[in-house]
Amino acid sequence: MYEGPIQDLIDEFGRLPGIGPKSAQRLAFHVLAADATDVKRLALALTRAKEEVRFCTSCFNVAEAELCRICRDPRRRDDALCVVEEPKDVVAIERTGEFRGRYHVLGGAINPLEGIGPDQLKVRELMSRLSSGSINELILATDPNTEGEATATYLALMVKPMGITVTRLASGLPVGGDLEYADEITLGRAFEGRRKL
Amino acid sequence: MRKPLYRDHALVLRVQRLGEADRIITLLTRAHGRVRAVAKGVRRTTSRFGGRLEPFGHIDVQCTEGSSLDTVTQVEGIELFGRRFIEDYPRYTAASAIVETAERLTPIEREPSLRLYLLTLGALNALSQGERLPTLVLDAYFLRAMAYAGWAPALRDCAVCAEPGPHRSFSVPAGGLVCVNCRPPGAAHPTQTAIGLMNALLEGNWDAVEGVDVKVRNESSGLVAAHLQWHLERGLRSLPLVDRRETTS
Repeated sequence: MYEGPIQDLIDEFGRLPGIGPKSAQRLAFHVLAADATDVKRLALALTRAKEEVRFCTSCFNVAEAELCRICRDPRRRDDALCVVEEPKDVVAIERTGEFRGRYHVLGGAINPLEGIGPDQLKVRELMSRLSSGSINELILATDPNTEGEATATYLALMVKPMGITVTRLASGLPVGGDLEYADEITLGRAFEGRRKL
Repeated sequence: MRKPLYRDHALVLRVQRLGEADRIITLLTRAHGRVRAVAKGVRRTTSRFGGRLEPFGHIDVQCTEGSSLDTVTQVEGIELFGRRFIEDYPRYTAASAIVETAERLTPIEREPSLRLYLLTLGALNALSQGERLPTLVLDAYFLRAMAYAGWAPALRDCAVCAEPGPHRSFSVPAGGLVCVNCRPPGAAHPTQTAIGLMNALLEGNWDAVEGVDVKVRNESSGLVAAHLQWHLERGLRSLPLVDRRETTS
């Protein structure tokens, strides 16, 4: 145990996700050893992120203004909407360069064990966007785990009566991998989703 | 010193994120009771067994014992029920309530609970077959799990004085049906058909369950849920989210 500000710093780092007591101590001593200007820059970045970053009022992605960069972009397609769980999923899909439509960030996935149902997510807002009539395709890009799949099933159930095409991201084999190392679930999904050449 | 290894059949009750790419898996095992184990790297797309450690899976697992958490080293899928539940939202929500109950009824880790394990496995299996309504399977599971825990509601004789029934009042704090002399203020007055349905679900008499009116089923579900949550002392998080739309496959 240390005294005063250094212990406070260790405690604060220790509250961050994935940071244990040892890592918190290492980070705190790194900050102590760093230049004062570097530390000020870090402190400023933390404060600015908290004060200036907010959520886009349309898609709930992180944004600096009322609308995020993607919602403001007039070159994006308005007829395709991609639903993701978290803002970091938007970044992952943008890196592919394959999608030019717009996004909707749910803020998580339906997980009854954690008490998270449709009302705790941005599902009502999604329905409101879909009812505008300009969207023809809804792409469900929730995580390929039980919660993500169940969320996609729920959304498909709600959206299909609206006459909108609902699609789900394909699951299958990772590029560059060996078939023999694939687990039976992934390989099974890859078979289900095979395509004609 | 090498840590001891063990192998067991288990049901995956819950998964929680840990660090960068790991998960803490809560398992209800056949011989070792409820255990919590770290599954390393399972959130990476390259994981060999991440897909088998999804909730509701019936698995054959090998772990090394740890001081607080065990570590999963190998997993084989026996029946991955989650694959069926994700295609049917009402079944997914019912399965969530089942595994949460199983977790809550095993408060002490590593205390074997074979009857509850077999009951939970049976309930998930029945749910995955889709022949019965998810809410009926859920209520039958609640009633039998409570019976195993020693909290079975009294559905024939008075819960207080044991006077033979039938009785018309039902009191959750008293433990079930109560006679006119023992009836506390605020006791419910369920229909005899709702009590009959609860009896049939507790005894597994599915022939008597068929064709029961939705209103009666809802009445019975309300009593079962109230009785369970009274004994658990804290509400189930998943119970308000159970989708009661009627689907069988």
